[in-house]
Amino acid sequence: MTTANELTCQELIELVTEYLEGTLSPTERARFDAHLGTCAGCRTWLEQMRRTIRTLGKLTEESIPPESKQELLQLFRNWKKVS
Amino acid sequence: MSTIPAQAKTATEEQWLIESLRNGDEAAFALLLERYQVALTRLARMYVSSREVAEEVAQETWLGVLQGLDRFEGRSSLKTWIFTILINCAKTRGQRESRSIPFSAMWNGDAEPYEPAADPERFLPPDHPETPRHWVSFPNNWDTIPEEYLLAQETRAYIEDAIETLAPNQRAVITLRDVEGWTSSEVCNVLGISETHQRVLLHRARSKVRRALEKYFDGKRPSARTT
Repeated sequence: MTTANELTCQELIELVTEYLEGTLSPTERARFDAHLGTCAGCRTWLEQMRRTIRTLGKLTEESIPPESKQELLQLFRNWKKVS
Repeated sequence: MSTIPAQAKTATEEQWLIESLRNGDEAAFALLLERYQVALTRLARMYVSSREVAEEVAQETWLGVLQGLDRFEGRSSLKTWIFTILINCAKTRGQRESRSIPFSAMWNGDAEPYEPAADPERFLPPDHPETPRHWVSFPNNWDTIPEEYLLAQETRAYIEDAIETLAPNQRAVITLRDVEGWTSSEVCNVLGISETHQRVLLHRARSKVRRALEKYFDGKRPSARTT
Protein backbone atom coordinates (compact mmCIF):
# COMPACT_ATOMS: atom_id res chain seq x y z
CA MET A 1 0.00 0.00 0.00
CA THR A 2 1.18 3.51 -0.67
CA THR A 3 0.27 6.59 1.27
CA ALA A 4 -0.13 10.06 -0.18
CA ASN A 5 3.21 11.12 1.21
CA GLU A 6 5.12 8.29 -0.40
CA LEU A 7 6.92 8.76 -3.68
CA THR A 8 5.82 6.50 -6.53
CA CYS A 9 8.29 4.83 -8.90
CA GLN A 10 7.05 6.96 -11.78
CA GLU A 11 7.73 10.12 -9.76
CA LEU A 12 11.07 8.92 -8.48
CA ILE A 13 12.64 8.35 -11.88
CA GLU A 14 11.91 11.97 -12.79
CA LEU A 15 13.88 13.15 -9.76
CA VAL A 16 17.01 11.11 -10.40
CA THR A 17 19.03 13.94 -11.93
CA GLU A 18 18.11 16.34 -9.13
CA TYR A 19 19.03 13.60 -6.66
CA LEU A 20 22.41 13.06 -8.27
CA GLU A 21 23.01 16.82 -8.59
CA GLY A 22 22.23 17.27 -4.91
CA THR A 23 19.50 19.82 -5.60
CA LEU A 24 16.58 18.08 -3.88
CA SER A 25 15.31 19.71 -0.70
CA PRO A 26 16.02 17.73 2.49
CA THR A 27 12.38 16.63 2.64
CA GLU A 28 12.34 15.47 -0.98
CA ARG A 29 15.63 13.73 -0.50
CA ALA A 30 14.30 11.86 2.52
CA ARG A 31 11.26 10.74 0.52
CA PHE A 32 13.54 9.66 -2.31
CA ASP A 33 15.79 7.65 0.01
CA ALA A 34 12.82 6.11 1.81
CA HIS A 35 11.40 4.86 -1.49
CA LEU A 36 14.77 3.55 -2.65
CA GLY A 37 15.10 1.58 0.57
CA THR A 38 12.01 -0.46 -0.22
CA CYS A 39 12.07 -0.63 -4.03
CA ALA A 40 14.57 -2.82 -5.85
CA GLY A 41 13.25 -1.66 -9.23
CA CYS A 42 14.08 1.96 -8.51
CA ARG A 43 17.49 1.02 -7.10
CA THR A 44 18.20 -0.76 -10.38
CA TRP A 45 16.99 2.27 -12.33
CA LEU A 46 19.25 4.61 -10.36
CA GLU A 47 22.19 2.29 -10.92
CA GLN A 48 21.42 2.24 -14.66
CA MET A 49 21.48 6.04 -14.71
CA ARG A 50 24.79 6.08 -12.84
CA ARG A 51 26.31 3.63 -15.29
CA THR A 52 24.98 5.62 -18.21
CA ILE A 53 26.70 8.73 -16.86
CA ARG A 54 29.93 6.85 -16.18
CA THR A 55 29.94 5.49 -19.69
CA LEU A 56 29.31 8.94 -21.17
CA GLY A 57 32.37 10.15 -19.26
CA LYS A 58 34.52 7.62 -21.10
CA LEU A 59 33.64 8.93 -24.55
CA THR A 60 36.06 11.85 -24.47
CA GLU A 61 39.08 10.09 -25.87
CA GLU A 62 38.34 11.30 -29.37
CA SER A 63 41.28 13.54 -30.17
CA ILE A 64 41.85 16.32 -32.65
CA PRO A 65 42.41 15.08 -36.24
CA PRO A 66 46.07 15.66 -37.27
CA GLU A 67 45.09 17.74 -40.36
CA SER A 68 43.01 20.12 -38.26
CA LYS A 69 45.82 20.43 -35.77
CA GLN A 70 48.35 21.31 -38.48
CA GLU A 71 45.99 23.81 -40.01
CA LEU A 72 45.35 25.49 -36.66
CA LEU A 73 49.03 25.57 -35.75
CA GLN A 74 49.60 27.33 -39.07
CA LEU A 75 46.92 29.83 -38.06
CA PHE A 76 48.88 30.39 -34.86
CA ARG A 77 52.15 30.95 -36.75
CA ASN A 78 50.50 33.46 -39.08
CA TRP A 79 49.01 35.30 -36.12
CA LYS A 80 52.42 35.41 -34.47
CA LYS A 81 53.95 36.98 -37.56
CA VAL A 82 51.50 39.86 -37.68
CA SER A 83 51.05 40.46 -33.96
CA MET B 1 33.79 22.71 -0.13
CA SER B 2 37.12 21.15 -0.95
CA THR B 3 37.39 22.63 -4.43
CA ILE B 4 39.75 25.46 -3.55
CA PRO B 5 43.06 23.68 -4.20
CA ALA B 6 41.85 22.50 -7.63
CA GLN B 7 40.70 26.01 -8.51
CA ALA B 8 43.97 27.49 -7.38
CA LYS B 9 45.83 24.98 -9.49
CA THR B 10 43.65 25.79 -12.49
CA ALA B 11 44.16 29.51 -11.98
CA THR B 12 47.94 29.13 -11.95
CA GLU B 13 47.88 26.91 -15.01
CA GLU B 14 45.63 29.39 -16.81
CA GLN B 15 47.95 32.25 -16.06
CA TRP B 16 50.84 30.24 -17.37
CA LEU B 17 48.88 29.34 -20.51
CA ILE B 18 47.82 32.91 -21.21
CA GLU B 19 51.28 34.29 -20.73
CA SER B 20 52.78 31.56 -22.91
CA LEU B 21 50.27 32.34 -25.64
CA ARG B 22 50.99 36.04 -25.45
CA ASN B 23 54.67 35.18 -25.81
CA GLY B 24 53.86 33.17 -28.92
CA ASP B 25 54.55 29.75 -27.41
CA GLU B 26 53.25 27.21 -29.92
CA ALA B 27 53.28 24.33 -27.41
CA ALA B 28 50.78 26.18 -25.22
CA PHE B 29 48.50 26.66 -28.20
CA ALA B 30 48.84 23.00 -29.16
CA LEU B 31 47.81 22.05 -25.62
CA LEU B 32 44.63 24.12 -25.91
CA LEU B 33 43.88 22.56 -29.29
CA GLU B 34 44.20 19.07 -27.83
CA ARG B 35 41.97 20.02 -24.97
CA TYR B 36 39.14 21.90 -26.65
CA GLN B 37 39.08 21.52 -30.42
CA VAL B 38 36.90 18.38 -30.45
CA ALA B 39 34.40 19.86 -28.00
CA LEU B 40 34.36 23.16 -29.89
CA THR B 41 33.45 21.57 -33.20
CA ARG B 42 30.90 19.35 -31.50
CA LEU B 43 29.22 22.32 -29.89
CA ALA B 44 29.34 24.41 -33.06
CA ARG B 45 27.45 21.64 -34.84
CA MET B 46 24.38 22.66 -32.85
CA TYR B 47 24.14 25.92 -34.69
CA VAL B 48 25.44 25.22 -38.18
CA SER B 49 24.55 22.84 -40.95
CA SER B 50 27.61 20.63 -41.35
CA ARG B 51 30.80 19.39 -39.78
CA GLU B 52 32.82 21.41 -42.30
CA VAL B 53 31.12 24.65 -41.29
CA ALA B 54 31.55 23.70 -37.62
CA GLU B 55 35.28 23.35 -38.20
CA GLU B 56 35.38 26.76 -39.84
CA VAL B 57 33.57 28.20 -36.84
CA ALA B 58 36.13 26.59 -34.52
CA GLN B 59 38.94 28.08 -36.60
CA GLU B 60 37.30 31.49 -36.44
CA THR B 61 37.02 31.01 -32.67
CA TRP B 62 40.73 30.31 -32.27
CA LEU B 63 41.55 33.41 -34.28
CA GLY B 64 39.20 35.38 -32.04
CA VAL B 65 40.95 33.94 -28.99
CA LEU B 66 44.40 34.91 -30.26
CA GLN B 67 43.30 38.38 -31.28
CA GLY B 68 41.50 38.90 -27.98
CA LEU B 69 44.30 37.62 -25.72
CA ASP B 70 45.52 41.07 -24.79
CA ARG B 71 42.01 42.08 -23.78
CA PHE B 72 41.34 38.92 -21.74
CA GLU B 73 41.16 40.01 -18.12
CA GLY B 74 40.45 36.67 -16.49
CA ARG B 75 36.98 37.61 -15.26
CA SER B 76 35.81 34.24 -16.48
CA SER B 77 37.93 31.14 -16.83
CA LEU B 78 39.90 30.76 -20.04
CA LYS B 79 37.74 27.79 -20.98
CA THR B 80 34.49 29.69 -20.47
CA TRP B 81 35.87 32.62 -22.46
CA ILE B 82 36.92 30.42 -25.40
CA PHE B 83 33.54 28.69 -25.51
CA THR B 84 31.65 31.96 -25.24
CA ILE B 85 33.53 33.19 -28.32
CA LEU B 86 32.61 29.93 -30.05
CA ILE B 87 28.91 30.27 -29.25
CA ASN B 88 28.90 33.82 -30.61
CA CYS B 89 30.71 32.82 -33.81
CA ALA B 90 28.45 29.80 -34.27
CA LYS B 91 25.26 31.79 -33.74
CA THR B 92 26.33 34.47 -36.23
CA ARG B 93 27.26 31.80 -38.72
CA GLY B 94 24.05 29.89 -38.13
CA GLN B 95 21.98 33.02 -38.69
CA ARG B 96 23.88 33.75 -41.89
CA GLU B 97 23.10 30.22 -43.01
CA SER B 98 19.53 31.15 -42.05
CA ARG B 99 18.89 27.83 -40.38
CA SER B 100 15.38 27.46 -39.19
CA ILE B 101 16.14 26.81 -35.51
CA PRO B 102 15.03 29.85 -33.54
CA PHE B 103 17.71 30.19 -30.86
CA SER B 104 15.43 31.89 -28.40
CA ALA B 105 13.10 28.88 -28.52
CA MET B 106 15.99 26.47 -28.15
CA TRP B 107 16.94 28.04 -24.83
CA ASN B 108 13.55 28.91 -23.47
CA GLY B 109 13.01 26.72 -20.39
CA ASP B 110 9.27 27.32 -20.30
CA ALA B 111 8.90 26.04 -23.83
CA GLU B 112 10.31 22.57 -23.08
CA PRO B 113 7.68 19.97 -23.90
CA TYR B 114 7.18 17.27 -21.25
CA GLU B 115 9.05 14.07 -22.01
CA PRO B 116 8.82 11.25 -19.45
CA ALA B 117 12.06 9.45 -18.54
CA ALA B 118 10.34 6.09 -19.13
CA ASP B 119 7.37 4.90 -21.12
CA PRO B 120 4.23 5.42 -18.97
CA GLU B 121 3.18 1.87 -19.81
CA ARG B 122 5.95 0.58 -17.61
CA PHE B 123 3.95 1.71 -14.58
CA LEU B 124 0.70 0.58 -13.00
CA PRO B 125 -2.19 2.98 -13.58
CA PRO B 126 -2.81 5.90 -11.17
CA ASP B 127 -6.01 4.24 -9.94
CA HIS B 128 -4.34 0.95 -9.08
CA PRO B 129 -5.77 -0.03 -5.67
CA GLU B 130 -2.49 -1.00 -4.02
CA THR B 131 0.57 0.34 -5.76
CA PRO B 132 -0.37 3.04 -8.25
CA ARG B 133 2.44 4.28 -10.57
CA HIS B 134 4.77 1.50 -9.44
CA TRP B 135 6.71 -0.71 -11.83
CA VAL B 136 4.72 -3.26 -13.78
CA SER B 137 7.95 -5.22 -13.92
CA PHE B 138 11.35 -4.15 -12.68
CA PRO B 139 13.99 -2.91 -15.09
CA ASN B 140 16.74 -5.43 -15.81
CA ASN B 141 19.78 -5.33 -13.62
CA TRP B 142 22.96 -4.28 -15.45
CA ASP B 143 25.25 -5.65 -12.76
CA THR B 144 26.02 -8.69 -14.85
CA ILE B 145 27.23 -6.54 -17.72
CA PRO B 146 30.99 -6.13 -17.38
CA GLU B 147 32.32 -2.55 -17.35
CA GLU B 148 34.58 -3.38 -20.34
CA TYR B 149 31.50 -4.22 -22.31
CA LEU B 150 30.09 -0.77 -21.72
CA LEU B 151 33.29 0.67 -23.12
CA ALA B 152 33.50 -1.59 -26.15
CA GLN B 153 33.65 0.13 -29.51
CA GLU B 154 30.22 -1.13 -30.49
CA THR B 155 28.55 0.21 -27.34
CA ARG B 156 30.32 3.54 -27.72
CA ALA B 157 29.18 3.90 -31.30
CA TYR B 158 25.67 3.14 -30.12
CA ILE B 159 25.83 5.87 -27.46
CA GLU B 160 27.29 8.36 -29.94
CA ASP B 161 24.31 7.65 -32.19
CA ALA B 162 21.92 8.17 -29.30
CA ILE B 163 23.52 11.55 -28.52
CA GLU B 164 23.35 12.50 -32.17
CA THR B 165 19.57 12.04 -32.25
CA LEU B 166 18.93 14.27 -29.21
CA ALA B 167 17.44 17.74 -29.56
CA PRO B 168 20.32 20.21 -30.10
CA ASN B 169 20.00 21.84 -26.66
CA GLN B 170 19.90 18.47 -24.88
CA ARG B 171 22.89 17.34 -26.91
CA ALA B 172 24.87 20.43 -25.93
CA VAL B 173 24.18 20.02 -22.23
CA ILE B 174 24.90 16.29 -22.02
CA THR B 175 28.06 16.68 -24.09
CA LEU B 176 29.45 19.41 -21.88
CA ARG B 177 28.34 17.94 -18.56
CA ASP B 178 28.79 14.19 -18.93
CA VAL B 179 31.18 13.74 -21.84
CA GLU B 180 33.43 16.75 -21.20
CA GLY B 181 32.93 16.79 -17.43
CA TRP B 182 32.02 20.47 -17.02
CA THR B 183 30.31 21.75 -13.88
CA SER B 184 26.70 22.91 -14.11
CA SER B 185 27.65 26.55 -13.54
CA GLU B 186 30.19 26.44 -16.38
CA VAL B 187 27.52 25.05 -18.70
CA CYS B 188 24.94 27.62 -17.61
CA ASN B 189 27.43 30.44 -18.12
CA VAL B 190 28.45 29.46 -21.60
CA LEU B 191 24.99 28.55 -22.86
CA GLY B 192 23.30 31.39 -20.99
CA ILE B 193 20.63 29.20 -19.38
CA SER B 194 19.30 28.84 -15.84
CA GLU B 195 20.40 26.02 -13.52
CA THR B 196 16.86 24.66 -13.54
CA HIS B 197 16.60 24.57 -17.31
CA GLN B 198 20.01 22.99 -17.53
CA ARG B 199 18.92 20.22 -15.18
CA VAL B 200 15.77 19.55 -17.18
CA LEU B 201 17.79 19.25 -20.40
CA LEU B 202 20.38 17.05 -18.70
CA HIS B 203 17.70 14.80 -17.24
CA ARG B 204 15.93 14.37 -20.57
CA ALA B 205 19.20 13.70 -22.37
CA ARG B 206 20.49 11.18 -19.82
CA SER B 207 17.15 9.42 -19.72
CA LYS B 208 17.18 8.98 -23.49
CA VAL B 209 20.73 7.67 -23.54
CA ARG B 210 19.82 5.27 -20.73
CA ARG B 211 16.83 4.12 -22.74
CA ALA B 212 19.02 3.54 -25.79
CA LEU B 213 21.48 1.51 -23.73
CA GLU B 214 18.67 -0.54 -22.22
CA LYS B 215 17.32 -1.34 -25.65
CA TYR B 216 20.77 -2.32 -26.77
CA PHE B 217 21.49 -4.56 -23.76
CA ASP B 218 18.05 -6.15 -23.69
CA GLY B 219 18.47 -7.03 -27.35
CA LYS B 220 21.62 -8.89 -26.42
CA ARG B 221 20.13 -10.96 -23.63
CA PRO B 222 19.70 -14.64 -24.53
CA SER B 223 16.04 -14.58 -23.45
CA ALA B 224 15.30 -11.78 -25.90
CA ARG B 225 16.76 -13.74 -28.78
CA THR B 226 14.30 -16.61 -28.64
CA THR B 227 11.71 -14.92 -30.83
